[in-house]
Amino acid sequence: MANLKLQQLTKVYNKNEIAVKDFNLDIKDKEFIVFVGPSGCGKSTILRMVAGLEDITHGELFIDNQKMNDVSSKDRDIAMVFQNYALYPHMTVYQNMAFGLKMRKQTKTEIERRVNEAAAILGLKPFLHRKPAALSGGQRQRVALGRAIVRDANVFLMDEPLSSLDAKLRVQMRSEIISLHSRLQTTTIYVTHDQTEAMTMATRLVVLNHGQIQQIGTPKEVYEQPVNVFVAGFIGSPAMNFFSGSLTASGLKIGDQYIPIPAGLLPQNSSQDIIIGVRPEDMYIESATPMFHTEIEAVELLGADTMINAGLGDQPFTARIPSSIAIEPGQTLPLSIHLNRMLFFDSQSKNRIF
Amino acid sequence: MDSLLNSIFSEAFLSPIWVSLKIAIIAGIIVILIGTVAARFFARKQFRGKAVIETLLMLPMVLPPTVVGFFLIVIFGKNSWAGQAITWLFDRPIIFTWWAAVIAAIVVAFPLMYQSAKSGFLAMDRDIENAARVDGASEWKIFFFISIPLASKALISGSILSFARALGEFGATLMFAGNIPGETQTLPIAIYIAIDSGNMVMAWLWVIAIVTLSFLMLLAVRVKE
Repeated sequence: MANLKLQQLTKVYNKNEIAVKDFNLDIKDKEFIVFVGPSGCGKSTILRMVAGLEDITHGELFIDNQKMNDVSSKDRDIAMVFQNYALYPHMTVYQNMAFGLKMRKQTKTEIERRVNEAAAILGLKPFLHRKPAALSGGQRQRVALGRAIVRDANVFLMDEPLSSLDAKLRVQMRSEIISLHSRLQTTTIYVTHDQTEAMTMATRLVVLNHGQIQQIGTPKEVYEQPVNVFVAGFIGSPAMNFFSGSLTASGLKIGDQYIPIPAGLLPQNSSQDIIIGVRPEDMYIESATPMFHTEIEAVELLGADTMINAGLGDQPFTARIPSSIAIEPGQTLPLSIHLNRMLFFDSQSKNRIF
Repeated sequence: MDSLLNSIFSEAFLSPIWVSLKIAIIAGIIVILIGTVAARFFARKQFRGKAVIETLLMLPMVLPPTVVGFFLIVIFGKNSWAGQAITWLFDRPIIFTWWAAVIAAIVVAFPLMYQSAKSGFLAMDRDIENAARVDGASEWKIFFFISIPLASKALISGSILSFARALGEFGATLMFAGNIPGETQTLPIAIYIAIDSGNMVMAWLWVIAIVTLSFLMLLAVRVKE
């Protein structure tokens, strides 16, 4: 069990390629922190700096208040799950899980006890004497997890551990990892580019882009109060709709479409040009007093919900409506937006202003 | 027939074979050890001048053996500091000794081991080594328990190839170690001398011996792949 402190962590490659810049984060004991961002945003680099697999160019890393910058991987007492599992292919499942314990000079009976316990938790008992090549993707993933949990390490690091599994298995392993965490309570850093994974697993998530922190918060905070256009667009599936428009005294103008809005729901003291963010689920059909009418371009049935593509003031958007309402492409629909859920961003800085 | 059998079991026939085998085994062991360590080092580290050093290490593979022999004489000759140091240490120069033949074999066989081992180390997923690092293994343990087993195929074929190359070494050995029967007269040199003196029976026997040996070794590499 451990807390972590990352202070102004910076990674520079080849003297001028900045991969991570001034990364500051305090991680409390037992937290499940998810780093999320598009590929190349530096999230894996930070994880590898914490693991000691990459040198820290500037800044300081503390685990349990001990500075770790110059401590080698083997002495950091961390366990890591790699993207491609990185199992030892020449060893059996048992040997894979026992390796770390052997290296740490545990007794044979203790190794046996811990490996069997982990194998029981992960359902690996029947496969202990197989080699990784004879296992399915999901089983290999479990071995990689098993190798980490037998160690009883201070910190778990997971680098996109589910990215090479198929969709169904991914959902299943996701909940297995969550229940594993609630059982072991080990401080965990989990890296993913998948915002659904980030939302469902994290106690707090860190949204990254271009090597810099965009926002740190609980999934709910990040979803409901994104700090900027990047976070708002990255978190949420399907993505948030953005309209560029201008403010008037009593409403909004998006293209040639005017939407009246009560004064209390509009940003004050902002410049006229703004970006308006609306999540697909915050639009609804309203026959009585719709805000606007729009012609449906495409319809996508997802099951309980239907996604419709249409335009508002010549700007495309996606809305999520219940499938119980039959809709055809070409049809004109009366639509409204939940006004109190609209987000407003500065068109220059892209930061949220309201 | 009797005379043929007599030739096969004669000291004259067997001596170059033993000399060659001894030289190739000692040179092979040294090349396998140094080649594996050097290949792992160069496969993992990046630094200035790396390309130049690697090219120098590979050069003996393409140079004429006489050029390799020339440099060995220059480097270990009586007038060089290395040659003088050896003379001071062992009370005799190294040139025209059994050890000179070993050194010549090492130099020409090294690139084969190095190249094969390096491609083996480059081909493996480096995160497997990283996993061992996080699991608490020291760099030496990673080398022995992870890197070497995972590169074993490439290491074995490199070992066989470099051993075969050491066994077949001729030019540099002749120049640097000479032709001393029972000491530096290797199979290839013995064949050359036999043909030169018109002893075709012995030449044939030695040719058959080395072709058989080399064929079996290359076959082993093939089967391994």
